[in-house]
Order: sequence, then C-alpha cells, then structure tokens
Amino acid sequence: MKRAGFTARWLPILLLMPQLVIIAVFFYWPAAHAVQSSFFLQDPFGFGSTFVGLDNYKDLAGNGEYLSIAWFTVIFTVLVTFLSLSIALLLAVKADNVLRGAKTYRTLLMWVYAVAPPVAGFIGLIMFHQSWGPLTELARSIGWDFKLGVNFNDTATAMVIVSVWKQVPVNFIFFLSGLQSIPKSVREAALIDNRSASGRFWDVTFPLLAPTGFFLLITNITYSLFDTFGVIDTMVKGEPGNNPMTLVYKVYVDGFRGNDLGGSSAQSVVLMVLVLALTVFQFRLVERRIHYT
Amino acid sequence: MAQVSLKNIRKVYPNGAEALTPSSFDIGDGEFVVLVGPSGCGKSTLLRMVAGLEEITEGELTINGRVMNDVDPADRDIAMVFQNYALYPHMSVRKNIAYGLKNRKTPKDVIERKVAEAAAMLNLNEYLDRKPSQLSGGQRQRVAMGRAIVRDPALFLFDEPLSNLDAKLRNQMRIEIKALQRRLGVTSIYVTHDQVEAMTMADRIIVMNAGRIEQIGTPAEIYHRPASTFVASFMGAPPMNLISARLDGGRVMINGDTVLAAAEGSGAVTLGIRPEDVVLGAEGSISFHVDIIEELGAHRLLHGRLADQEFTIHVGKDVEAAPGETRIALKSDAITLFHPETGKAL
Ligand SMILES: Nc1ncnc2c1ncn2[C@@H]1O[C@H](COP(=O)(O)OP(=O)(O)OP(=O)(O)O)[C@@H](O)[C@H]1O
Ligand SMILES: [Mg+2]
Repeated sequence: MKRAGFTARWLPILLLMPQLVIIAVFFYWPAAHAVQSSFFLQDPFGFGSTFVGLDNYKDLAGNGEYLSIAWFTVIFTVLVTFLSLSIALLLAVKADNVLRGAKTYRTLLMWVYAVAPPVAGFIGLIMFHQSWGPLTELARSIGWDFKLGVNFNDTATAMVIVSVWKQVPVNFIFFLSGLQSIPKSVREAALIDNRSASGRFWDVTFPLLAPTGFFLLITNITYSLFDTFGVIDTMVKGEPGNNPMTLVYKVYVDGFRGNDLGGSSAQSVVLMVLVLALTVFQFRLVERRIHYT
Repeated sequence: MAQVSLKNIRKVYPNGAEALTPSSFDIGDGEFVVLVGPSGCGKSTLLRMVAGLEEITEGELTINGRVMNDVDPADRDIAMVFQNYALYPHMSVRKNIAYGLKNRKTPKDVIERKVAEAAAMLNLNEYLDRKPSQLSGGQRQRVAMGRAIVRDPALFLFDEPLSNLDAKLRNQMRIEIKALQRRLGVTSIYVTHDQVEAMTMADRIIVMNAGRIEQIGTPAEIYHRPASTFVASFMGAPPMNLISARLDGGRVMINGDTVLAAAEGSGAVTLGIRPEDVVLGAEGSISFHVDIIEELGAHRLLHGRLADQEFTIHVGKDVEAAPGETRIALKSDAITLFHPETGKAL
C-alpha cells in the first residue's frame, strides 16, 4: 500500500493541536498537579504547604484503614465484575436463542437496554430505600433486618447489587451483539459435531465471545473501581462512619471532607498507576491474542 | 453407507412461506445425488431438513430405515460441508478436523491416525497447526472436507461447497470431491445451482423449481429427455431451443415447413431441440437467419432467428458459417415436444 505523507512538518501538528490541548488541560495538567501535591503537606485551612517528600505515600502504606479499604475495593471489584459479566452473559445467551433471525425485535430490545442504565441505577437505589424499598422489605420478610448505611455488610451487599444491576444491561448489549455476530453456519457445524449444548457453548460459543468478553472484563474492572462512585456516594452520603467504601471514594472523602489534599493526591496517584497498569495489560493482550479473522 | 428416503416432505417456514411442497424420493446406497435449481427454489431447505438443522413440517425422513424427523443432528450420522466452510475460527486445522471425533469419545490414537490420513488425502499436512484465517479459500475448503471425511458418516451433505472458489479451483475440486466420494462410497446429497457441477458429478440429478421437484433422472435423461420446458431451459449452456410449432395431420410444422413426421395429436406445441442437434447445410428444410457468431475456440455458436423466434445452433470449429440467410435441418430423434401452456413434455 502506498503511504500518503504530509509535505509540511507543521500541518500534522496543527491538525493534532485541538486534541493535544484537550488532553493537556484535562488530563496531564491535573495529573501533574496531583503528583506534585502528593509530595506536600497542605495546611487544612489553606495557609501554605510544606514539602514532605514521600511521607504521604509512607502514611498510606502504614495506614490500616487505607489498607482495609483497598482490600474491600478488591473484593468489591471482583464481585461486581464477575456478577455483572456472568449474569449479562446468561441473559444474552437466553435472549440470543429467542432472537435468532428476528431482526426488528432485536433492535427494539437493544434500544430499551441502551436507554436503561442510568434509569436502572436509580431504580436500584429505590429498591433499597430504608423505609419502603421492596428489596429492604423482602429482606425483612425473611428475617434479615436490612440496615442500609448503618450495617457494614448490609451496605456492602446493597452496593454490589446496585452496581451490578447498573452494569448488566451494558454488558448484555455487548454480549448479545457478540453472540449474534457468530456465523450461523459455525453454530450449525457445531450442532452436527457435538450433541451436548453445554459442550458447544464452552468449545465454540465462549471462545468466539472471548474478544468481547476480554474487552468487557477491562471495562467492568474500570467501572467497578471508578464509575461506582455515584452509587457509593448515594448510599454513604458523605458520612463514612462504619460504612464500606472504595479507594476512589476514599480520595474524595480525604480530600474534600478531611481537607488532606496531600494524602488524597498520593491516593489518586496510586489509582493512576493502577489504571495505567490495566491499560498496558489490555493493549498487550489484545495485541497478542484474542482476535481471529 | 446409507439409504435415504423422503416421503412427502414439506416445509413451511414460521413466516408462512412454503419453501418445499410435499416431495418424495429415495437415494440408494453410495449414490451421489445432486439437487439443482435456481436461487430460492428450496434446495438448501431440503438439505437442511435432512441434516436436522431445519424442522420438517410434514412428511417422513428415514435413513437406513430409521425415522429421523426428531433425531438430533449429531445423532444422524451425517457430515455436512457448508458454502462458507463454517470452520471454527479459533481452532487449528487439526482441532477443526478432530472436533467431531473428540465429542464421540473416540480414543486419542484413533483420532490422530484419522486426522493424519485425512490430511494426507487432502494435502493438508503442512497446514495442520494453522488457524483457518491463515489459509486460502481452497485450503479452507479442504479442511471442511477433512472434517466431514474423518467422521466416516453414513451420509455426506454438501451445500454449494465450491461456489466461493475461482473457476479453475472449482473444476479441480469438483473432480477431487467426486473421486473421493467414489473411493469412500459414501451416499451423498450435493446442492448446487451450477448445472455443470450437476451434470458432471451426479449419479442422479434432482431438478427443483419454486419449491417443487421438476424432474429426477440421470444426467443423460435430464439432458436429453427433459420433463418440462423449465428443465430444458435450465440445464445446458446454451439451453435447449424452444420454438412454437403446430401439430397437424401427424406432422410438426414450423412456419409451414415440416420438421418431424409421425407425431400424434394436433394443435399448438412447443418444440425443443438442443443447439448441437441442428445440422447446417443447403439441403436443410428450414430457413434460419444468422445474426451473431460466437467464437468459442473448439466450436461456434450461431445466434439468430427461426420463424421470428430466437434460436441458437452449435457447430464445430471447422464448419463454415457467415451471418445471413441459411438453411438448417433438425435431427428428428432429438426433438422433444412440450405442451404449449403447462410446459410438460408430451
Ligand atoms: N428462515 C427462513 N424463514 C423464511 N423463509 C425462508 C427461510 N429460509 C429460506 N426461506 C425461503 O425459502 C425459500 C427457499 O430457500 P432456500 O434457502 O432453500 O433456497 P436455495 O434453493 O438454497 O437458494 P440458493 O441457491 O440461493 O441458496 C426461499 O424463498 C427463501 O426466501
Ligand atoms: Mg442455498
């Protein structure tokens, strides 16, 4: 293939400029700022700051509360990711069996699901309303005195359920379109080659869904880590108390409630490194395997 | 090896479309049957019902005397080769070929031996560890064949397996598939819309049109004694000439010229004659106007008009021909007469 090139050096730079400016203003600048302030101890009342080197990071490593929040974040992320993916996959497989060939029906269903996530998140919260939420009442009816925002485990359960509830529709759409893009004849060949439906699923369907699944795995981990902020905020309502929270929420609580800008910056730098690692991992693997055709 | 029997098999799709009107035929042990017909006539539908990929609306399908209507595709002892090959994209060639055997709990060493045999037979040895995406169309086709062969099925089903290949490869694979089927002696049903494939490969041809079987017969029967004008014009390139004629007093007349004596009945008929069954020469009894000469190397096609109707003649390369008026004669034993309205052979 012939490569088209720019004759003037400045033209490509000029064309990239708007994008570069946006990245610089909204990402590199705040990131650099966070890195910088993570080396300082900020006066809580805004009177200057003192350079403390790596002290903020050392504090984090030795802070029992921070470590237990980190541990909770890991469990929370694994649970939300696993449940969101597996429930969505199960639903998508069931829907796919019904929808094979019925195109208009399929498009309609997709629309509904595409509109759903924000609404679903809201409904999820209503479900757990302390006094009249149906799920709260259901828990009470089986003798589980569900105390959202008071009992650690109850709140954690509700957080996981609402986060999963919110993410399932998104995953569902991706899985469903992944399933529908598997050629009909490949499934039919498997039908002749293998009597067992579950065998066909694990040998043929699941591996062919792997590109979709891997993409979703990364997005779901990112979602659990960062985008569940809203859910947690609604449940914890800025009152940490005895409540569970994730690392991202802890950054907010320390920085904006506790006015510990240095410590909170160090935490966000840790999170940035985590995201970076995830991204590198994703690109490596995507490049290496998992694409066919 | 298998005998296949279809009794009044009918297919109505859920949307109400009748893709196959009740149809019956039997296929003998080791026979190679080709289903041919224009696009949308129901060939794939019929084949897929035999495979178990499509439900049979009415009728009874038996393989070796066993009713198969409700048997799982995996239990019908069949192997199918699809038009787009339908290889498993994430599996190596070796795994693609072995997958069916593995699921039948075949011992490992037997699988290995069979895969090796099939690979040798199909010249796939160097590609066994590649993914299908790293193969050419012809190689993928071979893998699909390999996958079918290793299962030692009672019945091979092919749905236009060659239509994605270029002309040269198609000719080559056509011969290979036929030779392979002869060697293995496996009963086969082969769907195509290419009449050359049908003529060259089939022991028997089933010509279909609009969800109906038009004719079942050997390639020679189909070619020389078509049961209807549809079959006459579908099989053969160029197709059979079909000319309106009159039957009068035991003679068939075109424009007042007698072309055939000793035919019974009277009234309008459609006369069919293959282009190669026409003799060009001054002593011919019919006048023919040549418009265009198509030079095909080994022979020529003369397109023109006979009694104001389109007509084509096939002549050898050494026959002199020029555009303009000439005279022809029809070989009387090669003439088929059809009913002018129903198109059925008389
Ligand atoms: N799933 C389906 N639902 C409804 N109608 C169908 C379905 N599949 C096929 N048909 C219809 O049934 C008829 C026969 O289709 P079929 O696929 O058997 O044709 P075919 O002879 O194989 O044609 P081609 O040579 O183009 O493959 C067509 O009119 C088609 O539109
Ligand atoms: Mg077809």
